Amino acid sequence: MKSSSATAREKGTDLLKVRDLHVEGFSDERWHPIVRGVDLSLKRGEVLGLIGESGAGKSTIGLAAMGYAKPGCRITQGSVLFDGVDLLSMSEARRRRLRGSRIAYVAQSAAAWFNPAHRLLDQTVETAVAHGIASRDKANRDAIDLYRRLQLPEPETIGFRYPHQVSGGQLQRAMTAMAMACRPDLIVFDEPTTALDVTTQVEVLASIRRIVEDFNTAAIYVTHDLAVVAQMADRIMVLRHGQTVEEADTRQMLTTPTQEYTRTLWAVRKLAKPEIRTQDHLLAIDNVTAAYAGRVKVLVDVSIKVPRGRTVAVVGESGSGKSTLARVVTGLLPAMSGSMSFDGKPLALSLKGRSKDLLRRIQMVYQSPDSALNPRQTVEEIISRPLEFYLGLKGQQRDERVGELMHMIEMDESFLDRLPGELSGGQKQRICIARALAANPELIICDEVTSALDQIVQEEILKLLMRLQHELGISYIFITHDIATVRAIADEVVVMHKGQVVEQGLKTEILTPPHAAYTELLLSSVPQMDPDWLTGLLARRNPIFK
Amino acid sequence: MRVNPVAKTVLQRLGLGLITLFVVSIIIFSAIAMLPGDFAKATLGQAATPETVAALQHEIGLDRPPIERYFSWIGKMAQGDFGSSFASRTGYRRTVAEIIAPRLYNTMFLAVMTALVAVPLALGLGILAALYRNSWFDRLVNTVTLTTISFPEFFVAYMLAFLIISRDTFAGTDLAQSLPVWLAASIDWTLNVVPKFPTLANISDQTPFWEHVWRAALPSITLTLVIVAHMMRMTRAAIINMLSSPYIDMARLKGMTPMVVVLRHALPNAWAPIVTVVAFNLAYLIVGVVVVEVVFVYPGVGQLMVDAVKSRDVPVVQACALVFAATYILLNLIADIISIATNPRLLHPR
Repeated sequence: MKSSSATAREKGTDLLKVRDLHVEGFSDERWHPIVRGVDLSLKRGEVLGLIGESGAGKSTIGLAAMGYAKPGCRITQGSVLFDGVDLLSMSEARRRRLRGSRIAYVAQSAAAWFNPAHRLLDQTVETAVAHGIASRDKANRDAIDLYRRLQLPEPETIGFRYPHQVSGGQLQRAMTAMAMACRPDLIVFDEPTTALDVTTQVEVLASIRRIVEDFNTAAIYVTHDLAVVAQMADRIMVLRHGQTVEEADTRQMLTTPTQEYTRTLWAVRKLAKPEIRTQDHLLAIDNVTAAYAGRVKVLVDVSIKVPRGRTVAVVGESGSGKSTLARVVTGLLPAMSGSMSFDGKPLALSLKGRSKDLLRRIQMVYQSPDSALNPRQTVEEIISRPLEFYLGLKGQQRDERVGELMHMIEMDESFLDRLPGELSGGQKQRICIARALAANPELIICDEVTSALDQIVQEEILKLLMRLQHELGISYIFITHDIATVRAIADEVVVMHKGQVVEQGLKTEILTPPHAAYTELLLSSVPQMDPDWLTGLLARRNPIFK
Repeated sequence: MRVNPVAKTVLQRLGLGLITLFVVSIIIFSAIAMLPGDFAKATLGQAATPETVAALQHEIGLDRPPIERYFSWIGKMAQGDFGSSFASRTGYRRTVAEIIAPRLYNTMFLAVMTALVAVPLALGLGILAALYRNSWFDRLVNTVTLTTISFPEFFVAYMLAFLIISRDTFAGTDLAQSLPVWLAASIDWTLNVVPKFPTLANISDQTPFWEHVWRAALPSITLTLVIVAHMMRMTRAAIINMLSSPYIDMARLKGMTPMVVVLRHALPNAWAPIVTVVAFNLAYLIVGVVVVEVVFVYPGVGQLMVDAVKSRDVPVVQACALVFAATYILLNLIADIISIATNPRLLHPR
C-alpha cells in the first residue's frame, strides 16, 4: 500500500521541514497574524508534541504542515518541505494526492469531523479507493485489520455503523484508523483525546501510541495537556502567540525547561488547599432519583451533604449524572423521588414550588460562558439584572453594587459597557461568577466552570473562587472531571458513576488509598507528567497492551 | 411492542394530515357558505321570481341548514363520492368526479412535465453554483433565476408568447427596419432557431401524448422559469451551509476533489431543506397555476375552479379545494419522509 521504499522509512532522515511559517486569520474585517515565523523539522518515525494555550497557533501549524489553511485563514510566508518538496508551492491537485495518502489528520472532536451521512467503513477506505491505492475489497479488509489493531469492539462489523452509533472514544480510534488507512508517512493529531473522559483517554492514547510505533509513522501531536504530550512525544515544542518559546527532547523539557513561560505552564497543576471538616450542612440531598422524560434513570438514590461555607467536588466521567445533579438541586429537573433540605428547611423539588428568595440563595455558573451570557447585553446589564430582580436595587445603589462586584472579580469598571464577545474566555467566566454573586447566594453550583479554559486561566479562576469563599462564606458544589481541580479547591469529594454515588468523604480520604474500585480506575487514569506513566500503567493494568 | 421509529413518524404525519384535511374541509365549506349569492340566483339571473329561485334551491338542497349540508357532503366524500354538480338536471346527471377528472389529469400532466425539467435543472444549477460559488457562473445563474422569478408569471408567459410570435413578424416591424440589415437578419435568424411552440395550449382528451407535450411546452417553460430560482437558491444555500462543517475540512484533508466534497460530503446532509422547498414548489405547480392556464387557455383544474366559483357550483369548488389541500399535505408528507430517510440519525437509531 505504501509507495516509499523500506529504507526511507527508517528513522533518521528528515521527513518534514517547516521554515519561517507565517499564517494569518481573517476576523473583524482585517487579517491578524496567528503564526509568526515558526520553524520545525521532523524525522521519519518521530513524534513531535506541540503545546501551548489556546490561540498559540498549534492547530494552525498542524494544518499548515499538510499545506492546508482553514477557510478564513491563509499561509502568507514560509515553506513546508515534505519529503523534499514544498507543499505550499505545488499545485492543488498534487497536494490533494498527498493528503490522506501520505499525510493524514486526526481531529479533536471526531463526532464533528466524521460525516454523519456515511458509514464508518466507507469513510475509512475513501482515500485509499479514491487515490487508487487499493481496491475497495482490499481496503475494506485492511480497515477491519486496523480496527482490530486499535482495539475497537467487533472490528468486523463496527465499520457498518454510522458515527452517531458509536461512543466518543471508539470514534476517535476509528478516526485514527481512517488516518492510517493509506499508511501515511505523517499524521497530524490535533488534540485527539481532549474531548474524552480520562478513563477513555488512556485507552485511546495507548491505541494511538502502539499503532504509530507499529508502522513507524511520524506524527505531530497537538495538545494543551502536558501530561498527555509527555506520554506521546519524543520531542516537545512550546508555543505562545504563534511563536516558538522553546523546543527540546521530552525528558529534558519536563525536567529542565529553560524559559520562564514554560515553567509557569508546568507549575499550574500544583495548586492545592487544605481541607476543613465541618458538621454544619447547608444542603442535604436524600435518596434522590431523577430521570429525563420517560427515559432511563440518570440519578439513582443519590444522597449528598454540602457543608456550609465549604466546597464539595462532584467527580465522574461524562454520563455519570454530575450535571443532572446540578439540574435537580436548582429544581430545573424535578427529582422523581427523594427529598432535599436547604438551611434546615425542606426544599421543594420543583422550581415552581420555591420562593423568589430561595431561588436567590442558590445560583449557578455554567461550563461555557459563551452560551451562558446573552451576547447582546453589556457586562453592566448582565450584572445589574439579578440586582434588580432579586434585590430590587435601582439607580445609584445598583451602580455602586455593580462596581463592588466588578472589584470582587478583579476586573476594571471600564469593562462595564463591553459585550461578552469583546472579552476573553477567562473574563467571560468572571462575569458569570459576578452575575451569580450579585444575588448574594449561599450556594453556588459550578458546573465544569474551568474546563473550557486554558490552564493558566483555570488557576486564576480557581484562586478567585477560593478567595470569594473565604471572604463571603459561600458554599460550592463543584462539578468537574479533572482531579487536579479537585485537589485545588475541594474540602469534600463525591465520586459518581452511572448515576450513583460510589464514594464520598473528605478529600484526603478519597484521594489516598485504599479506594473504591471505580475511584481507583478514575484516579489512576489521570495522566502524570512522568513520561513513563502510560507504559507503567498499561503494564500494571493489562499485560496485552504491551 | 417496538415500532420502527421511521414508520411511527410516517404514521403520525399521515394521521395529522388527515386531521388537517378535515379542518380544511370545514374552512372550505364555511368560506363558500359565506359567499354572497348562490347557484340558483347566479343561474336564473336577476329576472327570476322568488318562487323559481326557491324551487331550484329546493331541488339542489340549498334550503337545508348548513350543518346538515356539511355532514352530508363530508360523509359522501369520505366514501369517495364527490357528489353531483349543481348543473345536473333530472336525466342529465353530471358528477363532480367526471367534471374534475380530465381537468386534473391535464394539470397533473403539466405539473409532472414541468417538474421533470425544473427539479433536475434547479438541483444541477444549485450544486454547480455552490461548487463554483462567487464565480461569474454563480453570479450569472443567480441573476438570471432571480430575474425570472421577479417578473409576475403572466408577464413571463406573455413575453414568451410574444417571442414566438416575433419569429414570423419581426422582419416586418419598424424596429427591424430601423436596424442595420445584418443585425436585423441575425436577430431574425436567432428567433427562428426557437421552435414554433403553440401559443395556445388548447387540448382535449383526444389529443395524443406527444402532441399534448408539444402544446403544453410554453406553459411548462413559463412555470419552470418561475419555480427554478427558489429551488436552485435553496440547494446552493443548503450546500454552502454544510461546507463550513468540520467533516468538510476532513474530506479536503483526505485529498478529495471539490466535486466529491460537494456531492458526497455536503449534499447528503443538505437534503432536508432542499426537499422541503421542492415539495413546496411542486405543490404550487398543481394548486397555483391558474394564471398560466388562463394565459395559454390550458384546460386545467385551476380554470375549472375559477369558473365554478363564478357560477357558484359549490360541489365542484369544494372538491377542487379539497384536492388542492390534499396535494399540499401529501407532498409535504413525502418531503418529511425523504428528510427522515436521508438522515441516518433517524433512520438508524443507536
